Amino acid sequence: MSSVIAPATSDTFADAAARRRLAEVVEIALAEAKRLGASQAEAAINVSQGLSVTVRLGEVETVEHTRDKGLGVTVYFGQRSGSASTTDLSAAAVRDSVRAACAIAKYTAEDDCAGLADPALLAREFPELGLYHPWNPGMDQAIAAARECEAAARAEDKRITNSEGATLSTHAGLEVYGNSHGFLGHQAATRHGLSVSVIGQDDSGMQRDYWYTVDRAPGKLESPESVGREAARRTVRRLGGRKLATGKWPVVFEAPVADSLLSHFVGAVRGSSLYRGASFLPDSLGKPVFASGVRLHEQPHLPGALGSTAFDNEGVATRARDLVRDGVLQGYVLDSYSARKLKLQSTGNAGGVHNLTLDPLGDAAGLDALLQRMGTGLLVTELIGFGVNTVTGDYSRGAAGFWVEGGAIQYPVEEITVAGNLRDMFRDIVAVGADVDTRGNLRTGSILLGALTVAGD
Amino acid sequence: MNVPANTLAIARQSLLEPAGIDEHALSQLFARLMTARVDDADVYFQYSRHEAWSLEEGIVKSGSHNIEAGVGVRAVAGEKQGFAYSDDIVLPALLDAATAARAIAHEGGAARTPVRFENVAGHALYAPADPLASLADDAKVKLLEIVEREARAQDPRVKQVMASLAAVHETVLIARADGRLAADVRPLVRLNVTVIVEADGRRETGTAGGGGRQSYPYLIENDLARAYAREAVRQALVNLDAVEAPAGTMPVVLGPGWPGILLHEAIGHGLEGDFNRKGTSAFAGRVGQQVAAKGVTVVDDGTLAGRRGSLNVDDEGTPTQCTVLIEDGILKGYMQDLLNARLMGVAPTGNGRRESYAHLPMPRMTNTYMLAGSHDPGEIIASVDKGLYAVNFGGGQVDITSGKFVFSASEAYLIENGKVTRPVKGATLIGNGPDVLTRVSMVGNDLKLDTGVGTCGKEGQSVPVGVGQPTLRIDSLTVGGTQA
Repeated sequence: MSSVIAPATSDTFADAAARRRLAEVVEIALAEAKRLGASQAEAAINVSQGLSVTVRLGEVETVEHTRDKGLGVTVYFGQRSGSASTTDLSAAAVRDSVRAACAIAKYTAEDDCAGLADPALLAREFPELGLYHPWNPGMDQAIAAARECEAAARAEDKRITNSEGATLSTHAGLEVYGNSHGFLGHQAATRHGLSVSVIGQDDSGMQRDYWYTVDRAPGKLESPESVGREAARRTVRRLGGRKLATGKWPVVFEAPVADSLLSHFVGAVRGSSLYRGASFLPDSLGKPVFASGVRLHEQPHLPGALGSTAFDNEGVATRARDLVRDGVLQGYVLDSYSARKLKLQSTGNAGGVHNLTLDPLGDAAGLDALLQRMGTGLLVTELIGFGVNTVTGDYSRGAAGFWVEGGAIQYPVEEITVAGNLRDMFRDIVAVGADVDTRGNLRTGSILLGALTVAGD
Repeated sequence: MNVPANTLAIARQSLLEPAGIDEHALSQLFARLMTARVDDADVYFQYSRHEAWSLEEGIVKSGSHNIEAGVGVRAVAGEKQGFAYSDDIVLPALLDAATAARAIAHEGGAARTPVRFENVAGHALYAPADPLASLADDAKVKLLEIVEREARAQDPRVKQVMASLAAVHETVLIARADGRLAADVRPLVRLNVTVIVEADGRRETGTAGGGGRQSYPYLIENDLARAYAREAVRQALVNLDAVEAPAGTMPVVLGPGWPGILLHEAIGHGLEGDFNRKGTSAFAGRVGQQVAAKGVTVVDDGTLAGRRGSLNVDDEGTPTQCTVLIEDGILKGYMQDLLNARLMGVAPTGNGRRESYAHLPMPRMTNTYMLAGSHDPGEIIASVDKGLYAVNFGGGQVDITSGKFVFSASEAYLIENGKVTRPVKGATLIGNGPDVLTRVSMVGNDLKLDTGVGTCGKEGQSVPVGVGQPTLRIDSLTVGGTQA
C-alpha cells in the first residue's frame, strides 16, 4: 500500500489533502471501535519528517532522514479502557490495533473516572498560532550552516581543541486527534534547530559545553556564528574547575537550567501525583507555595512559541491562566482523568503544560544584576542526575558552575552537589531575572535562591 | 536444538517473507546503497510488539499494546554515516531510503555488492518464544493484583501501591554489505512496584522490580513478583525513619548488585569506543594505564543467559562477548561497534546497539559489572569509622569529557564506628570517573547482578542494560546531603 505521508521534500506535507487523509484514518479507527461495541473511543495520529545533519571537525559526520508515523487509540467499554498503538497506518493494521485495544479492555477494571473529556470543554475555536513554517534547506545549505557554526566555535578560542560536532535539524509534524464526541482537530507544527558542542582543554584537563538555538520558524534562529561563539565561550570558562568547601550558600540557577525547577513544580501539582498522594504539595490550592510576588502562568496561545497549542491531547481547549499568583497556588495541572479523581475540571493539560512562564521578580534585569544581588554564593550553570523526589520534595543534584564574590564570577567549580527541599526552595526564591530562556515549554529567567547546601570537599 | 539457525528462520519468516523480500531483493538494495566510496552498509529490519499493564488503587486501570515495525538503512564512508528509515517494509520504500542514505558519498562508480548471504551464528542466551503469549491476559491482571495484596499485607502504613507489568517481543534481522546475515529474537519482561507509605503525616516511597530476557512465568515460578512487592515496602518503611543525609566528602560503602550503576556511570560510558576515537572521553588514550586500584576487574558481558542487557548478536549482527575493560586496575580496552572498531583499528566487541530501526547504532554497554574480591562485606563496613553505606539507587549520569558523574541513593545509612546506624534520606553522590576506582580500598566477595531494571540513555536512545558489583569501599566520595 502507498504511504499516507507526502514525500519528504513536499510542501503538501500538512496541506488540506494530507489532513483529510489522516482524518480518514482516525475515522476508520473510531468506526471500528464503535462496530466492536465500544461506548467511547479516541484516536490520535502523528506523522513527522525531518532532516538532521551533523558536521564534526569540518567534515560531514551523519546525515539522518527521519520519517515517522504512528496511531494511538483508546477505547472505553463503559468504565473499562484499553489502548493500542501502531506505526502502520494501513486500514487493516488500524483495525487490528483497535481490536487489540478492545481485547485489553476486557481485562481492565471498572474505573469510575475513566472516559473521554467532558464535551463542554472541547475546543471549538482553533486560532492560528503560527506554528508551521516548513523549511527545506537542502543538504548543502544544511551542511554549510552546521559547518559555519562549528568553525565559529573552534575559531573563538585557542583552547577549543576538539568537537562533538554541530547539528542542524529540521522537523515538521502533523497531528490529528478525534474522539467519539465528534471532535476532530489537527495541528501542524515545525521545529528547526542548530546546536554545537565543543571541547576545551588546558593543563587542568578537558571540559565540554554546548549551545543551541531552536524555533518554529527558520528565520528566527540565531546565526550559526553566534551559536558557535557562545558554545565556545561557555566551554572555555569551565576550564580549571575546582571543588568548593561544603557549606550553605545562596545559589543562582542560570536561566537554561532554572527551568528544571519549574518542571519539578509541575510534577508536584500534576493531577496524577495529587490523587495518588505522591506529591510534596498536597491540598495546596489557595495556599502560598512560592515566595510572595511570584507569578507563574500558562500562555498556550503565544504565537510561534514551542509550547503553544489550541487543544490538549484529549481535545480540551487550552486557555491562558495563572497557576501561581503572588506566590499562592491558583490551580492544578489536570487532564480529564485526574480532574475526575479530584472532583475538579480538566485544566486542558493532558500531555502537559503550555508555555509555563515564571515572570521576573524583583528589579534584577539580567544575570549580572542577579549575581550583584547575591553578592557571595554559587552560580549553577549545569545540573546532572535525577536526585529529585516528588513524594517528599527532597532535592539533591550534581552541579557545576561558578563561585561568585562581590557579585562577580571568581572561578569555575565542579564535582559538587546542591541539596535542599523543593517545598522550602520555592518559598525561598529571592529574585527572578528578566533573562528569560524561550527555547522551551518552560520559560524562566535565572533564579536566585536564599540558600542551599553545597557539598564539596 | 540449533537455536541460532531457528532464530534466523523466525526472523526471515516474520520480517522478509511478508514483504516479499528475498536474497535477490537484498542484493538489489545493496547495489543501490553501495558505491565505490561507501566502505560499509547495513540494513536493519525490526518488528516489535510491546504490552504494558498497570495497576493503582487496587485495580488494573490500563493496558496497552504497541506495534513498531520498520527498516533502517545505513551507508558508511570513512567517518561519515548516511541514514534513512522506513516504517513500510516494502522494497520500493527501502530503495528510496538507500538512495537517501548513500548521498553522503557523492561520486564513485559501482561497487562490489553481495549476491550470496552467509548466516552469522549468534548465541542462544534466551528462548525466542513470545513473552506476551506466555501468560493469559487475565493471569497478567491477577499477577498485578497479587503484587498489590502482598505489598498491602506487609504493613498498614502502605497507602498506595502502583505496579506495572510489561513485555517486549522483538525480532531483528541485519543484512550487511559483506554478505553477512544475522538475526535475533529477543524477549524482555519486567515487573515494577512502587509504594507510598505514610506515618504521622510523613510520606515516603520505595521502588523495586526486575525481569530479563525471559517469559512471564519467570516472575511467578521464582516468586519474584511478590518478593519485589515486599522489597518496595521495606525500602519505603526504612525511609520513614531517615534523617537528613550528610553533606561532604567521606568514605562510602556501596552494597552489592544495583549500586553497580557506579561502574556504568563512572567508567562505562567513558570507555565507549566513539568517545575515545574522537578523543572526547576523559579515558581517551589511557589503555594500559592504571585507572583503578589493584584488585579491581570490570567487564562488560553481553553473553549472560537471560539477563536484561544480554544479546545473542548486537544490532550490527556481531555476536556479543565478555569484554575485559579493567583488569587488576589496568585499563584494557574499549567497547566497540563496527564503525569505531574499524576507525581505531581494533576488533568489534559486540557493543553496537540501537534503540530501534529509526536510530543509528553506536557503542553501548550490555551487562557491566565488577568481579568479586576477597573481603567479607561485614569486614568492609567494620573498617569505616564515619561514612555512608548506600544500598539502593535511582538513576545516574555522567559528563564523559570532564569525567564527573553522579548517582542518586534511594536507601542509605550512616556508618558510625564500624556499624551501620541510622537510615538517611536519599542523596546524590558525585565523583570523578577516572580516579574514583583508584580509591577503592576493599572489594567484597559477594558479587551480585541487579534484578533487571536498568535502562540506559545516550544521545536520546534508550536500551536495556544490566549492572552488578560486590560490596565496595571507596575511601572518599562526595555525598550531596543537606547536613553540612
